[in-house]
Amino acid sequence: MGLRLWALKKSPWVYHVNVGACNNCDIEVVNCLTPAFDVERFGMVLVPTPRHADALLVTGFCSRQAKPRLQEIYRQTPKPCVVFCIGACACSMGIFADSYHAAGPVDSVIREVDPDAIIAYVPGCPPRPQAIIAGAVKALQSL
Amino acid sequence: MQTILSWGALFVVGSVGTLVLGLLTKWVDRKVTARVQWRVGPPWYQPFADVLKLLGKETIVPEHAGPGFLVAPLAGFAATCLAATVIWVANVRPDLSFVGDVIVVIYLLAIPSLMIILGGSMSGNPHGAVGASREMKLLLAYELPFVFAVLAVILGATGERTLSLGAIARSPMRGSLATLACVVGFLISIFCIQAKLGLVPFDIAEAETEIMGGPFVEYSGAPLAMFYLTKAMLFATLPAFVVTVFWGGFGPGTGGWILGFLKYLVVVVAVVLMRNTNPRVRIDHALKFFWFGLTPAGVIAAALAMAGTP
Repeated sequence: MGLRLWALKKSPWVYHVNVGACNNCDIEVVNCLTPAFDVERFGMVLVPTPRHADALLVTGFCSRQAKPRLQEIYRQTPKPCVVFCIGACACSMGIFADSYHAAGPVDSVIREVDPDAIIAYVPGCPPRPQAIIAGAVKALQSL
Repeated sequence: MQTILSWGALFVVGSVGTLVLGLLTKWVDRKVTARVQWRVGPPWYQPFADVLKLLGKETIVPEHAGPGFLVAPLAGFAATCLAATVIWVANVRPDLSFVGDVIVVIYLLAIPSLMIILGGSMSGNPHGAVGASREMKLLLAYELPFVFAVLAVILGATGERTLSLGAIARSPMRGSLATLACVVGFLISIFCIQAKLGLVPFDIAEAETEIMGGPFVEYSGAPLAMFYLTKAMLFATLPAFVVTVFWGGFGPGTGGWILGFLKYLVVVVAVVLMRNTNPRVRIDHALKFFWFGLTPAGVIAAALAMAGTP
């Protein structure tokens, strides 16, 4: 394992993108930073801008309004980066699957920009913080 | 020739040493912060992993970025290395310390802030511009009391006046918190380094929650790593400067160095605890605090030193 890959695995900085979530997944994402779960143990910190990010935590079904923004944020993120689809909506659009205002799911929106994007899925409505951490571990192991 | 070579060697050793010490100090900061919040916190190598990762990432230069965008992080880093070297030389080899190096260090320590302003305004991002303007106001606010605090020690209540950092560090009475002027100067300088480091309550320029990291908003990859390193090295350099000027410095001898590092840790932990127990202040409040609170205190300290009050 190269030094570069080791450093990437030990220090994934995450940027939180909400593209039409009901706020439950967002609460669970923030929950990971609390003393009970403390993902800073693994070097994960929430960063304020996609330019600093190594992982995008995307929540929500991706509305038509949010689609160009999400694609822009993905382009702004320095590569290599991982996209996390957090929650049932981000993974499969959930109950919004046939809605007129939906442009998702998130993975196809990202793949329009970059067909080789690394995408991890964390299903659940909302997923528990343990599930989010397990998803992060699996994504990092697969790098 | 020999002097230039030995200064070159000192520069390399001083810079690398400060870099390692700074990254470890950054870890102390994050670990203490985590413990204050009842978390476990990151492992000791976390800042090293952060820097290595940032160096391996893609560097994006925005379309509207100005010519100074990539120069600013390098210039800030170089100035910090130089300031660190001068401070360590004053402690390791006080005889090599030259007259006026206090002034040089004060100027060098202002350059990283100036480079943050340059980088922020060159990034072509409104958040960066707002952050740069806030950093500028903060710089105007904290430099004056900082200079007055150092002046109190230079004027020296209990010894002859000197502008040499080595003489200040080795003076038995001057820099040992022995005089009232020195104590006041020490307290003022703690607040000033808090602002210089851009930590809460004076992280107004970065303010993640309002202006998304301010001047650093457009930086990614290696330039961001340079800013990260600059901040980490300042986290080692500024407490070392405060210990050198106000609190007797490091050394001589092994016992002196151990004592010096204990003093250094006390200053670092004081800064970290202040950061964790305060909310961010507004820019005008910070300005009022530094100009109308600390500057008069600094003038009083300098006047006490002039009058020779122990």
